[in-house]
Amino acid sequence: MNAEFLQTFWISIKLASLTTAILFIVGIPIAYFLSYSKFRLKVVLQALVSMPLVLPPSVLGFYLLLAFSPNYWFGKFLLNYFDVQLAFTFLGILVGSLIFNLPFMVNSIQTGLSNLPASLKDASYSLGKSRITTLMKVLLPNIKPAILTGICLTFAHTIGEFGVILMIGGNIPGKTRVASLAVYDSVQALNFTEAHNYALFLFAFSFLILIFIYSINKEYLRWKKF
Amino acid sequence: MEEVLIDIDITKAIHTTEGKQTLEVKLQIPRYGFFTLFGKSGAGKTTLLRIIAGLTNPDAGKIVVGKSVWFDSLNKINIKPRERNIGFVFQDYALFPNMTVKKHLEYAQDTQDKNHIEELLNIFDLAGLSSRKPENLSGGQKQRLAVARALAKKPEILLLDEPLSALDEETRLALQKELVLIHKQFNATTLLVSHDINEILNLSDYVYKIDHGKIIKSGEAGTVLGKASEDAAQKIPAKITSVNGRELSIIYSEENKAEKPEFQPGEEIYIIKKPLI
Repeated sequence: MNAEFLQTFWISIKLASLTTAILFIVGIPIAYFLSYSKFRLKVVLQALVSMPLVLPPSVLGFYLLLAFSPNYWFGKFLLNYFDVQLAFTFLGILVGSLIFNLPFMVNSIQTGLSNLPASLKDASYSLGKSRITTLMKVLLPNIKPAILTGICLTFAHTIGEFGVILMIGGNIPGKTRVASLAVYDSVQALNFTEAHNYALFLFAFSFLILIFIYSINKEYLRWKKF
Repeated sequence: MEEVLIDIDITKAIHTTEGKQTLEVKLQIPRYGFFTLFGKSGAGKTTLLRIIAGLTNPDAGKIVVGKSVWFDSLNKINIKPRERNIGFVFQDYALFPNMTVKKHLEYAQDTQDKNHIEELLNIFDLAGLSSRKPENLSGGQKQRLAVARALAKKPEILLLDEPLSALDEETRLALQKELVLIHKQFNATTLLVSHDINEILNLSDYVYKIDHGKIIKSGEAGTVLGKASEDAAQKIPAKITSVNGRELSIIYSEENKAEKPEFQPGEEIYIIKKPLI
């Protein structure tokens, strides 16, 4: 394994870890809102959150690239007021990953919350507990498998991301080049050994993540029978 | 006159299996008693209990408890459930799967009162189970824990939503006795939702009969539930011939064919004790 190989994987893992950590924090309030709010237009938010599931990554990547470009108002605004450039930077692919992976985290947590009996929340309120205390002490601890599923799916999906990162990041070695892009690059260069190294690692990693998720869900189904 | 604790005058549109109807309740519940809301499914019993707890909002009206206003639609007052001093026992118990028996009681208290927790664990026969989670408790133990949790913060009002309906007959009878003792010990004004006549007769001081969202009758349990007294055609003279445990043997007259009752096995009947002249 050469330095470039390790560096590429380090960028992949850094991107996946940051995406997962940020989405975990952002995903809980969004999932809570989507599970319990009676706001009529919440279906619009639900659709927006789930858009990346149906949208081709290249489409999302294209619009994000336009938005991040200093030639358009958002990119110009970020550059002028915050001195931040998102196109072809690590920060850019992180923002793209956050948007692209939002449904994996939010939908998992939302499903967990929606499957809990409504009386658990009511019981906690009747015991004099606030919404935050109820969420932290009752709701979240009882949807641990759903949270873990969300974390694993988000992490694994970010590791395997291709289209959005290619569009926004531009495949710059040491900056925005991740393992999934490196496979494609190596094949283009007819370096099948290197492509195989990247591909085998990604294959094994994804397989382990799925085994982990299914073993959690098995435990969860057993627990739900109670 | 007994001191009124809960003064309710509310309306709420509710959806039932029979369609839309309006829950329209005007009630004055005295302090310390054991009261029951009795009626068919969908009559609005549970909704009324949830309205008192603040878990469901009425469309209009006022709820005053003691000297504090919990809900007033005109003055836009609606005290949050967590600020209402109530204990609520849910039909499905709503125990927290992540907490042990002891943790349930600790969670229910704002300021920890270890003596009260120990007292509750002993009274409800849960002391030996304090480190168990709900999945490892029997139906009766879960029900005891649900009541113990509701009492852990020493509520002024205890609301019980068909708490014994999921239990077998034997456990139900045992827990009915416990509920009577607990009510006497903790002095919380208790409002029970039930459609089990035996349960109501065993537990209640006073019954409110609710039908299609309205209180249609109220009074002592025997008076409200004594159907025979309101339906003369079903009143038949009979004589008890033997009493064996919970089994009564009676003989009744068949002289008047119009009054001949058609008993079916398993049918629930009402017996009013009255000496034959």
